[in-house]
Amino acid sequence: MIRVESPGLMTTVQDLGREGFGPLGVSASGAADPIALRIGNRLLGNREAAAGLEFTLVGGAFRFEIDTWIAITGSDFGPMLDDAPVDLWTVHRVRAGQIVRMRSTRSGARCYLCVSGGIKVPLFLASASTHVLSGLGGLDGRALRKGDRLQADPAAPPPAQRLNPEVGAKLAPRRRLRVTDGLQCGWFTVAARRALFETAYQVSEASNRMGLRLEGAVLEFAIRREMITTGVALGAIQVPAGGQPVVVFVEQQTTGGYPIIANVVAADLASVGQLRPRDAVEFEPISLESARDLLLEQETSLTSDQLLLS
Amino acid sequence: MKPATVAPGSRLDCASDQSLLVSFGDQISLEAHRRVHWLLTCLQNEPVAGTLNLHPAYCSLLIKFDPRRTTHQQVEREVRERMANMDPGSATGRRQVEIPVCYGVDFGPDLASLAELRGLLIDDLIRIHSQQTYTVFFLGFVPGFAYLGTVPETIAAPRLASPRRRVEAGSVGIAGHQTGVYPFPVPGGWQIIGKTPLSMFRADRDPMSLLAVGDEVRFRPIPVDEYVRIERGGA
Repeated sequence: MIRVESPGLMTTVQDLGREGFGPLGVSASGAADPIALRIGNRLLGNREAAAGLEFTLVGGAFRFEIDTWIAITGSDFGPMLDDAPVDLWTVHRVRAGQIVRMRSTRSGARCYLCVSGGIKVPLFLASASTHVLSGLGGLDGRALRKGDRLQADPAAPPPAQRLNPEVGAKLAPRRRLRVTDGLQCGWFTVAARRALFETAYQVSEASNRMGLRLEGAVLEFAIRREMITTGVALGAIQVPAGGQPVVVFVEQQTTGGYPIIANVVAADLASVGQLRPRDAVEFEPISLESARDLLLEQETSLTSDQLLLS
Repeated sequence: MKPATVAPGSRLDCASDQSLLVSFGDQISLEAHRRVHWLLTCLQNEPVAGTLNLHPAYCSLLIKFDPRRTTHQQVEREVRERMANMDPGSATGRRQVEIPVCYGVDFGPDLASLAELRGLLIDDLIRIHSQQTYTVFFLGFVPGFAYLGTVPETIAAPRLASPRRRVEAGSVGIAGHQTGVYPFPVPGGWQIIGKTPLSMFRADRDPMSLLAVGDEVRFRPIPVDEYVRIERGGA
């Protein structure tokens, strides 16, 4: 077991989410930076979709009651094993009685603690992911609290020691996100499209796993029409009447009624998960074909036998 | 990919690099709903290879796929083939669900003001709301939240100017010509007229969601003591 000594700001159990339950109104949820979670699990020899802990901006402290292996991935929260700093993207042996501690982020929004064998919680709709708004999944459907105990049974010794930094560099989060045209992009003025692609937007404090609110040049409508609620894709950039965009994120509503000017491409969704409040973000339009090429290229890196070093 | 006509009034569009939107016109209607429901059922029974998720709505269905395993073109081709055999009349083995509601009292904070706004007596508003048979157009917003239509014009309600930070689970609300029941305590802007003691969504129940797309729903007014009795019964 792992005991939560201090929970951090917003620490949840996450895996790669639950797809397929949109007809029930249940969105996929899952790790905000799935690339970081997948690499952590690969380092440990876990299933890629094994559950880990997701930290947001400020980490916590965790007392291990078992001998196991861990890997800490994602942003640099200054992790410590007892009193010694430990490297990210690296496998570490942890002994019963030791404390793993995360501090505040020094880079992006999210950090992952992966444990050999994965964190075990009862599955909700085939996934361990916490869906905070509805209080489902994860540990009792909520962020961790002091005193919580998490089950984790160590599996076989990990196959690798650390991430190959050359491959890791190709997978690093971006601040300039690639987007494709949204279905309602024609509803906006030429100036609005120029503003979206040529000026920076700032991530608002009011952002969370449901969506990232952005602040910047107002996106003006050329056509004002009432939208009928439709299904919304992950990464959609919705524009409410005020003209400030919102990026639909992992704990999204399955449907929505705001015009969509653009969509963040699948390959850059993990980067969205690393955006912090007040970070500047830019958007770059690309074609659907290029979007697919980027994703396939990213997948090649993630599954390459060069990914890990032993 | 160019939008293409499949059946009269239907089109397929690339909604993102990993999704395709199938639309049946741009009006909320039972006709469009039946097509959405037909296609949803068809794709649930026999999934198209590489698809991950389906997001039904009033007159459209968003199909999410894994671009590592398939393409827009492949998914579109498969969906068109299915739709060539569309028979929306056949998807109507409709379940009838009755939802007991305790209107007003402490459970419907907006009931009195909405009645006043619409120039109705409270009892008239309750009667109009509970005499209509509603269709579950789709589930969205949060797990188990069913969008029910169509609310008669006489009791249609604007959204609250400032949404509540927390609406109790079981609360029955109206927004425009839609009505619905909040399955979880979440923020919300619908006008709340009553509350049901039933659990709309429970992870430990099969099926988890009380309502499913295509169901027909009636609301039955109940007094407080019956509300309490049903709630105690754990229904």
